Amino acid sequence: MSEDVRIKVEHLTRVEGHGNIVLNSKNGRVEEVQWQVSEAPRFFEAMVVERDYSELSIITSRICGICSIAHAFASLKATESAMGVKISDQTLMLRKLALHGENIQSHILHVGYLVAPDLFGVGSVFPLINTSKEAVVKIVKVHRLANEMCDLICGRTTHPITTVVGGFTKIPTKKELIDLKARIENTIKTAGDVVDIVLANVDKLPKFTRETEYIGLTCDDEYALYDGVVGSTDTGKHEVNEYESITNEWVVPHSTAKYAKHNRESYMVGALARFNLNSAKLSPLAKEVADKFGLKTLCYNPFMNSVAQLVEIVHNMEDSIRIIDELLNRGLEKEKIKIGVKAGHGIGGVEAPRGILFHDYTYDKNGKCVKANCVIPTNQNHANIQKDMELLAPMLLTNEKTEKEIELNLEMLVRAYDPCISCSTHYLNVKFV
Amino acid sequence: MKPRVAFFDFASCEGCQLQVINLEESILDLVEIVDVVSFREAMKEHSDEYDIAFIEGSIARPMDEERLKGIREKARILVALGACACIGGVNSLRNQFSVEEVKKMVYADTDVRNNPYFDAFPLKAVDEVVKVDYYIHGCPIDRDEFGKVVTALVLGKKPEIPNYPVCVECKKKGNVCVFEEGKFCLGPVTRAGCNARCPTSGAGCEGCRGLLDDPNTDSELEVLQKYGLTLQDALDKFKLFCYKSKVKK
Repeated sequence: MSEDVRIKVEHLTRVEGHGNIVLNSKNGRVEEVQWQVSEAPRFFEAMVVERDYSELSIITSRICGICSIAHAFASLKATESAMGVKISDQTLMLRKLALHGENIQSHILHVGYLVAPDLFGVGSVFPLINTSKEAVVKIVKVHRLANEMCDLICGRTTHPITTVVGGFTKIPTKKELIDLKARIENTIKTAGDVVDIVLANVDKLPKFTRETEYIGLTCDDEYALYDGVVGSTDTGKHEVNEYESITNEWVVPHSTAKYAKHNRESYMVGALARFNLNSAKLSPLAKEVADKFGLKTLCYNPFMNSVAQLVEIVHNMEDSIRIIDELLNRGLEKEKIKIGVKAGHGIGGVEAPRGILFHDYTYDKNGKCVKANCVIPTNQNHANIQKDMELLAPMLLTNEKTEKEIELNLEMLVRAYDPCISCSTHYLNVKFV
Repeated sequence: MKPRVAFFDFASCEGCQLQVINLEESILDLVEIVDVVSFREAMKEHSDEYDIAFIEGSIARPMDEERLKGIREKARILVALGACACIGGVNSLRNQFSVEEVKKMVYADTDVRNNPYFDAFPLKAVDEVVKVDYYIHGCPIDRDEFGKVVTALVLGKKPEIPNYPVCVECKKKGNVCVFEEGKFCLGPVTRAGCNARCPTSGAGCEGCRGLLDDPNTDSELEVLQKYGLTLQDALDKFKLFCYKSKVKK
């Protein structure tokens, strides 16, 4: 379009946290295009200093309401590594199960409540309650199951209670796990229906590609979520302990969140990155879902992140059934936790729903935190969102789109990343001592 | 006409608004009795005309303070949603340092002066800026309690917020006292309403719902002494969610 465009989306909706989109063009040429993060900084680094090791996961899970379990686990892994605490196989399996629950919860929230309105051409899920009630009820059913999983394993859906350094304060009973398994089996079909609903509207997702680097956990024996080394589609494998040389964070003036870059000027983390790195290790049904959408590695279309999330939802469910079977076979045992408090430094890396997450703590001999650093998935995506926008905006301007359509496409781009902006302005990354 | 309801968030994890979404099928009932006119996390539409405003998060900057005052002017009823809004929550842990110290720790060499996004002051709870009509406590809020408060407000009644300790709910559930297991618990002085969720999950109460209006500090001291703990232990623990609360004695 040849007219001048002035777009300012202040406080973008249907994303977690506060961000703005700015696009100014003159005679069809982009003068300014920017993804801005205006969220209030929260200064988590000041919150954790001098706090006891047992409180770190309680405080840092509050970085994010949607992925509080992933934060708790990255935190516990860092603390356990610092103090040389080994966890049991049972604890490992229960943590993996909880992480599956949270991944489903976060992904269905994003695809069902935040992205779907764009596919149906409405402003929120509320009008869909009247026009497409059946679809909404299916989305709610998957969401409910995910929350029940987190409730059962963690004592609460948001901000886990039972997950502590070294293990769990309470574990589910055999009967509870058998019930959960039945409910997951019963809901896999519903998840398949949600897949079909999105599939029927997938043409609404823009066909846009930009080559970039994808980073996420990877390991040989499973689709990595809880454990693994850092994988890059550009540079191969790296140790988790080298995370700072991968994330390379810096501050920009128009954002209260930091930016990150590795091999190129930006990289992407999250479901699409994990799919691009690890798709061969997906469960059989999840692979079928990917095939339905024609999703193949390497996919360079950021809008397909929502599709990769659907693929993961099915994988999370199938793998949860496998884990529950294994737990039931072994038998559940109440375990005693013993921690030998000592000074140390540890790094924990897990896959949060939105991508790879690192916590890095240093403790003194009394177990008080003296230094902390967290690198958040959305921080790692901000630069990639900006670079996508710089390529997408001129395309939209030449494609005879109205200002409204251009605005919607830019909004959809940011939403596709499922940004968690409160997370990304946590600011836990400055050195103490 | 159905009451018009709006949700707003400030410095927080947005986990309390998430609990509203986590009402699952009950959301369908909720939209039968209220009109949700603004909920940025979930909807694109926005209206400045609302009766009830729910505020999540604590207040960190002058620009946030102005925004909150604007909301107060428009809302007939203003409800603080969750620990960050009600008592400062974990956010207020940073108030142990001065703003200058905190900024220096965080931004180091980057010049953030004259940038309103970074213009933080010591963190405030919502009622340190505007009048709050009702409080829904907790980190995060309890979704059933949220449902009860909304129902009361729609019926024009005053929502009942418990003013008795977590121990009452914990005993009702028949839990073994977590002090017996060698764990620390703030249940004796913390406001109930969570159905003793943490002790029921084998962990001590962290005080996320804040102090009771008149906490029985004598009985807390008694409990602490019984298990060989000191008042300082309790005060340190209480800082997690209510850094500014003054516990007498």
